[in-house]
Amino acid sequence: MAIVKLQQLAIARSGDKGNISNIGIMARSSDIYEYLCKKLTADVVKSYFKEITFGNVIRYDLPNLNAFNFILEDALGGGGTETLLTDAQGKVYGAGLLHLEMDIPDKLFESITMTK
Amino acid sequence: MKKKSIIRIANAQGFWGDSALGPKQLLAEEQLDYITLDYLAEISLSIMQRQKMQNPDKGYAMDFVELLKNIVPVCKEKGIKIIANAAGVNAKCCLRNTKSTLKSLGLHGIKIGIVEGDDILKNINRFLCSGHEMRNMESGERLSSILEKVLSANVYIGAQPIVDALNQGADIVITGRISDPSLTLAPLVHEFKWSMSDYDKLAAGTIMGHLLECGTQVTGGNYTDWKEVSGFANMGYPIVEAQTDGSFVLTKAENTGGLVNLATVTSQLLYEIGDPKNYFGPDCTADFTSIKLTQQSKNRVAICNIKGKAPTSSYKVSISYEKGYKILSTLCVSGPDAIEKSNLIYKMVFDRLAIHGIEIPEQDRFIEIFGTNVLYKGLVPKNQQPHEVLVRIGARGSDAKKLDVLGSEIAPLTTSGPPGITGFSGGRSRAKAVVGYWPALIDKSEITTSVRVEEI
Repeated sequence: MAIVKLQQLAIARSGDKGNISNIGIMARSSDIYEYLCKKLTADVVKSYFKEITFGNVIRYDLPNLNAFNFILEDALGGGGTETLLTDAQGKVYGAGLLHLEMDIPDKLFESITMTK
Repeated sequence: MKKKSIIRIANAQGFWGDSALGPKQLLAEEQLDYITLDYLAEISLSIMQRQKMQNPDKGYAMDFVELLKNIVPVCKEKGIKIIANAAGVNAKCCLRNTKSTLKSLGLHGIKIGIVEGDDILKNINRFLCSGHEMRNMESGERLSSILEKVLSANVYIGAQPIVDALNQGADIVITGRISDPSLTLAPLVHEFKWSMSDYDKLAAGTIMGHLLECGTQVTGGNYTDWKEVSGFANMGYPIVEAQTDGSFVLTKAENTGGLVNLATVTSQLLYEIGDPKNYFGPDCTADFTSIKLTQQSKNRVAICNIKGKAPTSSYKVSISYEKGYKILSTLCVSGPDAIEKSNLIYKMVFDRLAIHGIEIPEQDRFIEIFGTNVLYKGLVPKNQQPHEVLVRIGARGSDAKKLDVLGSEIAPLTTSGPPGITGFSGGRSRAKAVVGYWPALIDKSEITTSVRVEEI
């Protein structure tokens, strides 16, 4: 097993809807997508964001795009218009998730180092 | 009119305040059929409503009228039509100023379509009385609980009124609150004569609009692998080349920077969506799990196989209301023990307010110590001993005057607080009104939109 940051495995984009943040994640290959299907669960994301997000975390899958959409409820201090947070619209939450460290099988690790 | 086989639609403004480079780039394009300008974020209408309350001649995107001076002469020459949700909450004024601006340029023979009916502020009471609760989609609360504080109420209407305006020959179509993707969908329905019940095609047009609506966010802006992107200063604004079957290519303006690849397009597809199988819009419900992407050539991504289904029976309403006040002050704390000193001054401010007789409850107090990974709380290790931090101290409450006292107790920290405090400038901060956002639903049968086309 090797330890990598999610950024090596995926790209991200995040935004808001009221007090909800959404984080889109696209895996860098279909092998990585299959791996993330098992490992990047809503529970993992909820526990990772526990100091920032206070509601449920939902994961939606888009296998056609090797992608996921995570919904983080009660995550923006009341929402874009009323929050005092600098990141009023969850714009950096996607980048935040890319800091997540994951154990990955050696074979998958080789596949990402080979494409570099 | 000969039916075109490909329609090229570009978006030149991703939000109210976007760069003026977009229109400039796109007007240099050889072939373009439509330019859309998207001005309205969720918060925009409440700001416009406030502007209108202070001055009845305001309340729309005034930048739009200025922009028209530069773009309309070229658009007229090249036959490019313009669609913009610039009317905000003051369609009459926006139309009047658009007309007088174009006339002052000596332009004539231009047809301007104006779409109204999205603004339901005046009807809110009637709707509530007839049993429409307009509950907050997030909290479930009834709108009646904040009724007297409502500032604006606008329905996200669909593409049909724009289609009607285009059918009547409009060269420029101005709308208020309309679902952003409908700005793109409408010209496709008009040009390709798509049926408003051909949901796969409507979904394709909706997704084209979703990709275009944030401007350069689909062409390399705000992209994870930003080091692969070149030419940031002249980022290319996006263009779709749509075919009559709903398949399309996403590309960008010629001779510009940026990047269009599978990842930049997917990033934007995923932006601010909920359930990807059910992307609700006024015209259809689109399914993002059906989309197929192919890199056709450099900076060209082909998109096909989009599925859709019938829209729901309601429109989304965006309501804004007065929700008290907030205040924020920023200063810099430096030297040894910067974090400890920051926490001391935070405590000092609220203790001083208490001496003034102003009690701010714990949950309404706010501090962010920048430089300690405050944006990534719990995600990355804290920076324990920074030599300088930016401190934001703030509070929320219902009384602006009391909050203003907080603003007046920031500067004195430099002489009465611990050493190493600097960067306080720009005068005292003042309490600002907080606008609450209230998303709700309303039955489509209650909403009537109207279209008028006038020629100058």
